[in-house]
Amino acid sequence: MLTDMQRVQTKMTSHAGAYTHSPDRHLWLVLITAISLLAASIGVSPALAAEDVWADLKPDLFEDRTINDGSEWLALDAPYRAHDAALVPIKIVALKRQASDTYIKSITLVIDKNPAPLAAVFKLSRESGLASVSTRVRVNAYTHIRAIAETSDGSLFMVSRFVKASGGCSAPSQKNLNESLAKMGLMKLRQYSPIPSADGATKRVHEAQLMIRHPNTSGLQMDQITGYYIPAHFVDEIEVRHGDKTVLSIEGAISLSEDPTVRFHYVSEGEGELTARIEDTEGNVFEKSWPVAPAPAIN
Amino acid sequence: MRYGNRATEMRYGNRATEMSTTLAAGLLAAVVGICLVSSTHHAFAGCNTDGVARTMVEEIAPGIFVRPGVHETMSGENNGGIANIGFVLGTNAVAVIDTGGSACDGQRLRAAVRSRTDLPIRFVINTHVHPDHVFGNAAFKQDNPRFIGHGQLPRAIAARGPHYLTANRTIMGADALAGTEIIAPNLTVDDRMELDLGGRTLELTAHNVGHTDNDLTVFDVKTGTLWTGDLVFQGHLPVVDGSLKGWLTVMDELSRIPANRAIPGHGPVSIPWPAGLRPQRQYLTVLIQDLRRLIAEGRTMNHAIEIAARSERSAWKMFDEFNPRNASAGFAELEWE
Repeated sequence: MLTDMQRVQTKMTSHAGAYTHSPDRHLWLVLITAISLLAASIGVSPALAAEDVWADLKPDLFEDRTINDGSEWLALDAPYRAHDAALVPIKIVALKRQASDTYIKSITLVIDKNPAPLAAVFKLSRESGLASVSTRVRVNAYTHIRAIAETSDGSLFMVSRFVKASGGCSAPSQKNLNESLAKMGLMKLRQYSPIPSADGATKRVHEAQLMIRHPNTSGLQMDQITGYYIPAHFVDEIEVRHGDKTVLSIEGAISLSEDPTVRFHYVSEGEGELTARIEDTEGNVFEKSWPVAPAPAIN
Repeated sequence: MRYGNRATEMRYGNRATEMSTTLAAGLLAAVVGICLVSSTHHAFAGCNTDGVARTMVEEIAPGIFVRPGVHETMSGENNGGIANIGFVLGTNAVAVIDTGGSACDGQRLRAAVRSRTDLPIRFVINTHVHPDHVFGNAAFKQDNPRFIGHGQLPRAIAARGPHYLTANRTIMGADALAGTEIIAPNLTVDDRMELDLGGRTLELTAHNVGHTDNDLTVFDVKTGTLWTGDLVFQGHLPVVDGSLKGWLTVMDELSRIPANRAIPGHGPVSIPWPAGLRPQRQYLTVLIQDLRRLIAEGRTMNHAIEIAARSERSAWKMFDEFNPRNASAGFAELEWE
């Protein structure tokens, strides 16, 4: 019989999409998680160095594939010292535009020392225009955060940053749980001005931000009064379409902050609609559309 | 739109195991506003209740006693005594309002009560969930009081309590927190409640989301003294752990209470009313204005955190420790406008 954590972990890994998992893999991730959790709770810095944690995670996420240095493809912007460990802003910057022959088809975000290290997988396409994405994550301890891009030819490129969570108080902030629950599923889209194109083409890369109201509870939080776990309830799938083309899809888990939000790009002539469809672990589906209406440039 | 299970509904029926307790405690519980690593020096000052008791509290109005907190982060040296806490004496009973940042802090407060009266301590009121206000509760168990709090306090304590204890044991040293327990209220206030201490009435009010989502204030009718808990800060930067906009609304409500003076959660033991609200209103308003402007400019959260409310920096202690947090929380809140 699975424990609660195994159930959460299994659910999480089963949504990893591109990665095939055997039951052994599930168990392995549970073990890694259990070890790091136990170490954290005892207050002992694991004897494992940062690279050792990654060395254990890597084969589970990427098998024995080669991971190249990604500094020509990506830059990762994250605060060195997180002010609110439940709301750490992460910006993954793509250094090259999506070209028809070579483009980034996915970016995997990993937070080594989190109980759920696989924070999100961003799937992109040529229609994304620019693979840059920003979001906010929960960081449990001083840790490396990694962005691994997979390009259209199947190569892997990685960049990483070290982030310090705020002392011993890192945790998801549920400042206003009633509000999060009452408004769950509400979505908002902010649209920014398009990136000017060098050749004056009408098709330009636009930037937008999808915001979702959702408590994104982790399932690892216990209700001390009852002794039961407060169940995991988080957004695990996000899909954004421009017209009928998918410009972004995200598989997420508990490392994404409460009220998940993502800033992304897509190619457009300034027409049409953007549609967001999200699904959470309770099977709730929320969908909303907005006409494309980019903001004027602010200078 | 379908609705999923509310977070409070029990879905998995397994009792927590020993290990799971530790795991949950070490992990993703709710964040605390006033809990930061101050230093790695875990000196334990010792819990000395002799000779400290009478002098540690100030009688700011007849029967109203306050122990001022220091403007620091919780540490082994200060035993977590960073908040204003105190008690009210009636002719029949005593009410304690917030118990401090450790069992020791609470023991000292209790000794201060006993240095002035033998009357039973019938009520221990917690203004909200933060550890510097609730960690001393265990010192009062022997009095068998009603532990009183906001209707949302039990859930907040359940969600955050174990994590607060574990995190603060690391920061302050386990010695400094010896005897500290998480004690939830056994009586809650959803709107208003009156307590009779004999010859004096305390009016308790449960507020909407402000500093936290479980803020309770206490008004002593006899002297017109308002205990605000952390709904009011002076000196120490206000800490946003609820809602930025909600807090300003609650402050409007509080300002209409015809109090003669107020006791803030952090700051001087007695402040004029409603003038005492001014510095905090200024800070929160500047923060909101700066954030709204930055959001309208399409700035990212990373960028906004560095600049919002900088003009207020010299007016407050602990600005660098808490303003970035307030800015990120405020940014996430105001983005939705």
